[in-house]
Amino acid sequence: MSALLSVTDAHVAYGKVEAVRSVSLEVGANQIVTIVGANGAGKTTLLSAIMGILPLKGRVTFAGHDLARLDIEDRVAMGLGLVPEHRELFVTMNVEDNLELGAFRIERSKAKASMERVYTLFPRLKERRKQFAGTLSGGEQQMLAMGRALMGEPKLLMLDEPSLGLAPIIVADIFRIVTELRASGVSVLLVEQNAQAALKIADQAYVMELGEFVLSGKASDIAANERVAASYLGFQHEGESVI
Amino acid sequence: MNTTIMLFLVQDGITNGAIYALLGLALVLVFAVTRVILIPQGEFVTYGALTYATLAAGQMPGTAKLALALGIGAFAFDLFVARKALHGRLIVRSALTNIVLPAIVLALTVYFAAQKPPVAVSIALSLVIVAMIGLYLYRVAFQPLAHTSVLVLLIASVGVHLALQGLGLLFFGAEGQRGPAVLSGAFTAGSLRFTGQSLTVYGITIAFIVALWLFFGLTLYGKALRATAVNRLGARLVGIRTTLSGQIAFLLASVIGALSGIMIVPITTLYYDSGFLIGLKGFVAAIIGGLVSYPLTAAAALVVGLVEAFSSFYASNYKEVIVFMLLIPVLLLRSLAAPAVEEEKD
Repeated sequence: MSALLSVTDAHVAYGKVEAVRSVSLEVGANQIVTIVGANGAGKTTLLSAIMGILPLKGRVTFAGHDLARLDIEDRVAMGLGLVPEHRELFVTMNVEDNLELGAFRIERSKAKASMERVYTLFPRLKERRKQFAGTLSGGEQQMLAMGRALMGEPKLLMLDEPSLGLAPIIVADIFRIVTELRASGVSVLLVEQNAQAALKIADQAYVMELGEFVLSGKASDIAANERVAASYLGFQHEGESVI
Repeated sequence: MNTTIMLFLVQDGITNGAIYALLGLALVLVFAVTRVILIPQGEFVTYGALTYATLAAGQMPGTAKLALALGIGAFAFDLFVARKALHGRLIVRSALTNIVLPAIVLALTVYFAAQKPPVAVSIALSLVIVAMIGLYLYRVAFQPLAHTSVLVLLIASVGVHLALQGLGLLFFGAEGQRGPAVLSGAFTAGSLRFTGQSLTVYGITIAFIVALWLFFGLTLYGKALRATAVNRLGARLVGIRTTLSGQIAFLLASVIGALSGIMIVPITTLYYDSGFLIGLKGFVAAIIGGLVSYPLTAAAALVVGLVEAFSSFYASNYKEVIVFMLLIPVLLLRSLAAPAVEEEKD
């Protein structure tokens, strides 16, 4: 079976500075794949480049199609969704309008059902549906950003730091929903600094350092890896030195 | 000053203010969606007005040919951009909107111009011609620069303004023109006399503002336009093309401009270069609205119209000076309210 998303030998540069170097990754159908790594490792840059926001050197295929010449909008129409770190909501528009626009590329007849699904996943959004997006709490904004992306019926949803700055109880909620997405047939590419939580729900994992993948494998193996444990999970195996 | 004069000035001010409100709204819309400060808005006004007046006089307006020429340019741009992945559907679609449409309109214009068309036909043709010019101008002059800074877009905007003004002189000559009234007749209420034309201005302005409000509030494309204005990246991430939003914004702006022109050309003699000053007053209103607020812009436009009317009575030599001086306290207040100056990021 070929992968849903496949990135081969990707390089992303800001001017002369290469932020991502020779990175390859795959996301299969019905998979949660996570990229963990410290701040500034290049995780966000990589997601932006896969989405087409930044130029990428290398090969990216999605559902069997080469993405090289496609704009962000075409990638969205193909079923690739990104919830960016800063969420990029329409802050002066209400929740319902934000969601409705999420289905901009979807047939009108399907959008109504999509909205009901999103409201079932995030009941809080239904309560707030007439409220401006800018007046929501951080957690609610994250839910809205995810809901808006889901309105576009993505095959693969890329989440950039969904837990950043949120209370632990909301983070738990969001991670639970990510696993529900997998069950409903949406693959997820999850970028997280909260490696412990991400590795717990992921199938596959990549560890990124200074623009390169230094480790990859099954999420459970990565979680058990001593070096990862020391660097990202915040604890050390007894009697062993870090690095 | 007696009440009659005052009421007359108020009426005059509101009539002009209504036009400035429409133009100001168009400026705010275009800026919010595309970051272009639309200096050629005034040319849309004169093109609409003078195309209408020329057609009504049974002559052939050059603007119809300009639309076709710009359309061909737009078609060439479309082909050039898609050169590596050309496919039949794209070529046919682009040819239909950019060449076939203006060619049909040109043919209709030639046909009708020869036989002094009725007012409604002249209005419809003028609106379509200017709308196409607006649409193709975006494709040719602004879409290729969409990613650049506000300053670059402003320079392009000034260039387009100068080019259109020069072409205006070529098409319409240096003589001023007036068009036939859309609604003739008049009636008096007390000491006030309402002409059919001034009522038309009020009616159309109100109808247009309501229509815009419905468009932005209720339709998916209206919401998509607002979304682009609020957050460009967010809009792209849900699949809204920035170019589509830009096209709709320019289409609306050119129709609004042309409509304003058609409404005022029966009242005032317009020259090929009159649009600039009219557009500038809409711009004053838009600036007072901070280039973001629609209601504030509309309210400011009425104030601009009233100030203009009263200053032309009291100090007609200084009427423009007084109108533009309105900006100084507003800018001063705004600069005090926003002390931190942020460099533009994109």
